[in-house]
Order: sequence, then structure tokens, then C-alpha cells
Amino acid sequence: MTTHLIKGARPLGGDAVDILVEDGRIAAIGDSLAATGAEVVEAGGLIALPGLVDLHTHLREPGREDAETVETGSRAAALGGFTAVHAMANTDPVADTAGVVEQVWRLGQEAGLVDVVPVGAVTVGLKGERLAELGAMADSAARVRVFSDDGHCVSDPALMRRALEYVKAFDGVVAQHAEEPRLTVGAQMHEGDRSARLGLTGWPAAAEEAIIARDVLLAEHVGARLHLCHVSTAGSVEILRWAKSRGVQVTAEVTPHHLLLTDACAESYDPVFKVNPPLRTEADIEALRAGLADGTIDAVGTDHAPHAVEDKESEWAQARPGMLGLEQALSVVIETMVEPGRLDWAGVADRMSVRPAQIGRLAEHGRPIAPGEPANLVLLDPGTRATVDPAALASRSRNSPYAGRELPGRVVATFLRGIATVLDGKATR
Amino acid sequence: MARTPEPARSPSPGSAPGTLLTGADVARVIDRIAHQLIERAASVTAGRDAPAGDATGLSSLVLVGIPTRGAPLARRLAARIEAFSGITVDVGTVDITLYRDDLRLRGVRALESTVLPDGGIDDRLVVLVDDVLFSGRSVRAALDALRDLGRPHSVQLAVLVDRGHRELPIRADYVGKNVPTSRSQQVRVHLAETDGVDEVLVTEGESQ
Amino acid sequence: MKRHLLEAADLDRDDATLVLDTAAQIEQALAGREVKKLPTLRGRTVVNLFYEDSTRTRISFELAAKRLSADVINFSAKGSSVSKGESLKDTALTLEAMGADGVVVRHSASGAPHRLANWVRGSVVNAGDGTHEHPTQALLDAYTIRHRLGRLDGVRVTIVGDVLHSRVARSNVVLLQTLGAEVTLVAPPTLLPVGVGSWPAEVGYDLDAVLPKSDVVMMLRVQGERMNASFFPSAREYSRRYGLDARRMAALPDDAIVMHPGPMNRGMEIAAEVADSVRSTIVEQVANGVSVRMAVLYLLLGGAAQ
Repeated sequence: MTTHLIKGARPLGGDAVDILVEDGRIAAIGDSLAATGAEVVEAGGLIALPGLVDLHTHLREPGREDAETVETGSRAAALGGFTAVHAMANTDPVADTAGVVEQVWRLGQEAGLVDVVPVGAVTVGLKGERLAELGAMADSAARVRVFSDDGHCVSDPALMRRALEYVKAFDGVVAQHAEEPRLTVGAQMHEGDRSARLGLTGWPAAAEEAIIARDVLLAEHVGARLHLCHVSTAGSVEILRWAKSRGVQVTAEVTPHHLLLTDACAESYDPVFKVNPPLRTEADIEALRAGLADGTIDAVGTDHAPHAVEDKESEWAQARPGMLGLEQALSVVIETMVEPGRLDWAGVADRMSVRPAQIGRLAEHGRPIAPGEPANLVLLDPGTRATVDPAALASRSRNSPYAGRELPGRVVATFLRGIATVLDGKATR
Repeated sequence: MARTPEPARSPSPGSAPGTLLTGADVARVIDRIAHQLIERAASVTAGRDAPAGDATGLSSLVLVGIPTRGAPLARRLAARIEAFSGITVDVGTVDITLYRDDLRLRGVRALESTVLPDGGIDDRLVVLVDDVLFSGRSVRAALDALRDLGRPHSVQLAVLVDRGHRELPIRADYVGKNVPTSRSQQVRVHLAETDGVDEVLVTEGESQ
Repeated sequence: MKRHLLEAADLDRDDATLVLDTAAQIEQALAGREVKKLPTLRGRTVVNLFYEDSTRTRISFELAAKRLSADVINFSAKGSSVSKGESLKDTALTLEAMGADGVVVRHSASGAPHRLANWVRGSVVNAGDGTHEHPTQALLDAYTIRHRLGRLDGVRVTIVGDVLHSRVARSNVVLLQTLGAEVTLVAPPTLLPVGVGSWPAEVGYDLDAVLPKSDVVMMLRVQGERMNASFFPSAREYSRRYGLDARRMAALPDDAIVMHPGPMNRGMEIAAEVADSVRSTIVEQVANGVSVRMAVLYLLLGGAAQ
């Protein structure tokens, strides 16, 4: 295995040091380290962070390999600075059995660019009717700990209660897609002034908040862990803050796009901006940023959702919801949180690596940059600004909401257990 | 040595340079055309069934102005004809915008009124009235419009100024003033109804 | 004027007035003529792309285009490649290859004309998109009001009914405000969109309170199936609270008019005796639709190709 000597990197934005990576682990950290035969990476003041962990990625394989595969999605993730991604269960077939989650896990191992951690479906076929074999998935080679019907809400309160209880047996967590389905029939965008004018059916904030409120009460009642996918409203942040103050074991993620974009994007009727939950208002963005800054929101989850061209180049209502996120997530966090001074680099590491790894129970990720720890690292140049060109993305799809937008930050190198998956800003495989 | 048309001279002392017709000139020219119309109406309609008691043929006459400035000119001609002959002649306007062949070149513009006498124009002597006769394309458009509006007995053309440079086989039957111009010159007709003053100017510059 | 007419907000006050004036001149030019045809758009191709059945709107646009001598191609969803799953974009590229100068589009999806406008070079005219807008309907309504009342500035227009699902209401609120009228929306709260407070209109729930202060009452079609989704309890209750009958019509000022974009549900939102009364402009609206659409086509397609 190649030995890497990273010269002059700044862990969490601190002083520049050299980092020696050997046998997949950090062997030494110090000034003017030398190692014969090591491949030298001149970091020249780049920020070093623990490899990022995404709790919410759609890799589309099996089923929609025309939109993304485990391999192309893994490459996009590595280029975004990730060393682990949780692959959502809404594939075809649905990842609701040990067989499917093991297949996805194996594909991830073969690609070898990030650790692909399968998420298991909560209910059979994501239908919300009866529990999938959660224990079998937990016991499989994929060691599933996060369960989600993402894309669908586990809306039946009794079923949700049982799921929360059941996964306690193997320290699992249910990641809820909070959307009261009866309140969002035909919903196309955030319900407010703009939806009224654009004639697009509204997706009320209350439809998210009602489920979050219900589920934190259920989690408290049964003493279970609950994770909330892609919270998008100021009201959700309020409920979370309240629940955490009561000691409920609830965690939550926010997507990069909900930190940056508003429902004004819908005015173009370009479905690249159609996403579920929908883009909200300036006030929501402000609440989400504040929640992420103070830790009420634990993590950034990309909800990377690749879609084939024909599923996006259409009428708004016909288009599928979702947008790419892996390759720009860190840039958006720098733009919305770091540059305005709301999060320092330790904070970025916490929200994008440490806490998501803890939520997913990934022992080898989200670790400190210290000798003896797994060498899962990302080196980034925070100052470089570049315009996003969808054609240049590693994802197989092109539905980036940031197309044409200038964003800061460039991932220069990513190391997965000591192996460089990205060097000089390019994937190594 | 190539000959260029002479610039128009001032017709009367004291008028501004480039003035082709003063207000008084315009009035005189309209009077003359009115007299010519009275004479010709009788001969053009001779032998046709004129209403009883109309020996002049003027009851057959319809003056149809081409907006913008053809419309007030037509009304003035009618007023002078009435003053000279005591007979009220019908007046109308026909907007030619929707018949133009240069919309694609010059872009769309606001429309103006098309108003015809109650009896229409079938079997009558229609005299189109315009301010300036230039390429002849406006008149052609007006002829196309008239074809859709009815079937006149005959159509004639009266203009205040004929400045030459015809692009179509069209000529005027009544001309206030023939003016040799160069293509680059502009002939501007101002009338009290539309511009606050009666005058005809020639200016240098791109033709409109 | 902008190249496309996608929504009422594409027209500023000058543009909107130009459309109405042009429609009036066209109507005058064609009045009483045997040959109701103008050569203006000879050689131009207008495609009527209708993804929703709407015979009256399609015929109105078709007549308007034909009276301007344009070549008209009707492309309806039924029996075409559209129903075989061809995407809007592929259809747009087909139209583009055929050299359409104008595309009149009716679609059940809000914003479909906006998408189309990205993909074709010709002018796109929105003939109704989902629950978004129907700008030519608003233009013909404004034309009808101006024709009947002689003005738009300061005219008090009350729009009654299913505002939530109405593209006619959205276009009218924007256009009438642009033209200086004062709009009041009256509906059960369930049929008003969340966010209606940001519209340039007053909002009320009591029809009887508003009628004496209305110069124009515009009744919107209410679909009976709405009551199955609990927007209101029953047709009878809706009709009693928000229907326009002879008793309510009597509360209107003397010269007030009653409008309806059609098709009507007689006995539901409007009583037959109201629809057929002298105040009703419903038939005029249909006739005015052709003149207004001719004006729109002339102003968008008559000039230089872009």
C-alpha cells in the first residue's frame, strides 16, 4: 500500500503540519516529517478535514443505472470530499431485504472510492404497510443501521412507533422523510405567495412539521433514536430545538440546497429546481442556517438525487423531484456557513463528518485527525471560486441546481483509508 | 457629371429653409384639388345612374384618407368641396397597416381607424387621399384593402406631394405639388390636426 | 412587447392598452365586411398545440389566425404522437423543424408554455396552463369591460368562485390591476390560495356585501367534483352562498355587468336568468375573444422574425 506524506496541511484550519499516512492509518503528525519512499502530497496550506460522511445519497443502482450507478455516484462523492455515503433504499428492487443491501454494499466495495453504506427500507416495498426484515439487513454483510422509506413518509403512526421500537435491538435508527401525505397530494412546491401566483399546488410547511412533531413524541415515548431527513422549515427547527431540550434522542440533517436556494427558483418553471421537500423561503433558510450553526441540526445530508434528462426536461408537474448534491455540498456549506462566519472548520468537520458518522454508527469515519486514526481525509482549497458546469460533473446525471452559479471551495485530494481517491482535484480511478 | 435633384426652394419669402409649402400654400393646394375633384366627378360618373337631382356626380364620390395624415386631408377636401359646390361628400379612412408588405422589415405598429360611409363603397368613385406619394407601396396596400371592403366603380388617387422614386406602376390623379427629391431626403407633411401647424418640409437625412 | 405572451405580467400598461386598441381597430376594420380576412400573416405558420380539450379556445385562436391569413396547424393531444408519450420537448423540436412562427399552447401543467418558450424560436402564446394563467382570456375580459363601461381605470371588478384552481382569475387579477381596475376576490376560504394576500386584490367571503360596490361581477366556473375534496359541503350550499341569482343581481349598480369565462354551470355559480339577462356579456366575450387574439397574433407575429 502506498505511503503518503502530506506536507503543510492545516487540520481543521489550524497550523500547517505534515501528515504521514501509512497502512491506511495516520502514522504521524508533525513538522518536517520525512519518509523514504512515500508519495509526497504538497498541501501548501490546504485545509484538512476528516473524510465527509453523507447520510442521504441516492445511487439509483439497482434499477436506474441510466441516472447513476454505485460507481459513478461513488466517484462524485469522492470528488466532493466524501469517504462514506449512505445509499438510500428506494432502488428497483427496493433495498428491503438482506440480498439487495448486500448487493449494493458489494458494488460499493468493488468501486472502492467511498464506503457505500446501504440504508434499509423500513417497510416492504416502501409501501408503508408492514415492516421489512430490518433485523436480517442489520445482520447482513452490509451491517445496516439506518432505515428509511425516504421518498415516502412512514405516515402510519402505529407502524412508525413499531419501527422506532424494533430497531433499538440492533442500535438502529429510523430516518424519517417527514411529509404528511394527505396534505401534499399533488404538491409541487412550497405553499406560499409564489405557489399561489405560479399556479403550482402547494406543499405546506405544516405537512413536514406535523410529522416531525408526532415522531419526536413517539421517539420520546418509546425511548428510541429518530433521525429526520432533509428538514426544510423554520418550524421544523423549532420543534427539533424543543425536542432536544427535552432529551429526545432525535437527530436531523439539512440539505445543501435548502441552505442556499429559495422557492423563487420555481419561477423559471425549470424542474431542475423541483425537489422534495421543496425549496422554501428566505426565512426558512435563515432558520436552517441558525439551526445548523447551533447544532440543533446535526448534519448536512446531500439528498443527492440524480435523474435522467427525460425526467427533468419536461413540464414541472411531470418532472421527478430531486437534485444533485455530492460534488457541491462542501462548497455550499462554505458559501452559506463558513464565509459568513457561522461555522468554523471544526464545525464543518462536526456537521459533515463526525456527527453523521455517529448517527450511522460508522466507527471508522468521522474520527479526529490524529495518529492511529483511520486515514479518511479530505484536503480542500477554500478560497478558489469556480462556476459549476453540469457537463463536468462525475455524476451520470446533470440535474445540478447550481449550474452556472459561482461557488467557493475546491476539493484537492480525498483519502479513503490511506488510498488517494482524488488527487489534484481528479478522481484517481 | 451626375445630376442630383435640386433641393427644393422656399416657395415664399420669409419661410424657413427647407420649407416646401407654407400654411397658405397648403390651403391653396387643397382648394385647387377640390376644384379638380368637382370637375372630374361629373365626367367620371357621366352616363351612370346618378341619384335624381345630382348633376354633379359628387354624391357618388367617397374621399378615403390613408392614416395618419391622409385622413384630415380627406376631411379638408370634403369641406372645401362643400364650400364650393354646396354638396356634402362622403369621407372615410382606411388603415393599411394590416395590408403592408414591409411589416417584417419595419416591425408591427399600432393600428388606426378604418371607417367607411354607411352605404359602403360599392359602385362609387373612391378617391384615396394621402399626404406624400413616394414608392407607391402604401397606395398598393390601400388598393388591396379596398378590394376587401367592396367593389368601387373606380378608384383615383389624390396626394399633397409627389416626391418621385416610384417602385410600382402607380400614379396620382391629383397632385398638390411635384417635388424632385433625392432618396436620402425626407419630406415631412405637418397638418394642424396632427401636428399643430400646416407646412411641408424637406430635410436631409435617412429616408424613414 | 415581449416575444412571448406567457402570463399577464408580460404586458405592461402600454402593451396591454396597445393590444386592446389594436383589437378595437381590427373589429372596426372587419365590421360589416363580406371578406372577413386580412393578408397580414400570409405565409406565417401558427400551431395550435392543445394538450387539453378546449374546443372554444382552440376555435377562437384558429379563427383569429385564419382571419389574418396565417397557415394554421392543429396539433391536439388526441390521436397524435403526444398521446404516445412523446415529451413536450420532442414535440417542441418537431414544431421547430416545421418552422412554426407561433405556437399557441394549452396544457394541463402550470408553466408548460414557459418551458416551451425555451425550446422554440417562434412566439409562444399561452392559451391556458394548468392552474396558472390564461392571459388572452383576461385580455378579452378587459376588452369587454372597456367596451361596455367605456373605461377600465377605477372600475370595480369582483371575481367570484374557485380562485384557487382558476387560471382565469390569476390572469385577470394581474391584468386588471395593470390597467387600473380595482379587483375584489370573493370565494369560500377553501377556494382561495394560501398566499392570496400578496395579490393586488381585496379578498372577501361575503358576496352580498360586495355586490352593491361592483361595476363588474365575474363568475368563475366551479366544478362539482370539488365538493368531494371537501372544498365545500354541497352544490346547494355553494350556490346559496356564492351563486349569482336574480335576487343578488338586483343588488348591483344599474349599469353593472355580469361576466363568465365559460363554460357555465347554470344553476350552480350562475342562474339561467342571470346568464341570459341584458347585463350578461357572456356571448360578447366569445366574439371579442377572436378580435383580441387577432391583435395578439398580429403584434407578436406580424413584425420582423426574431
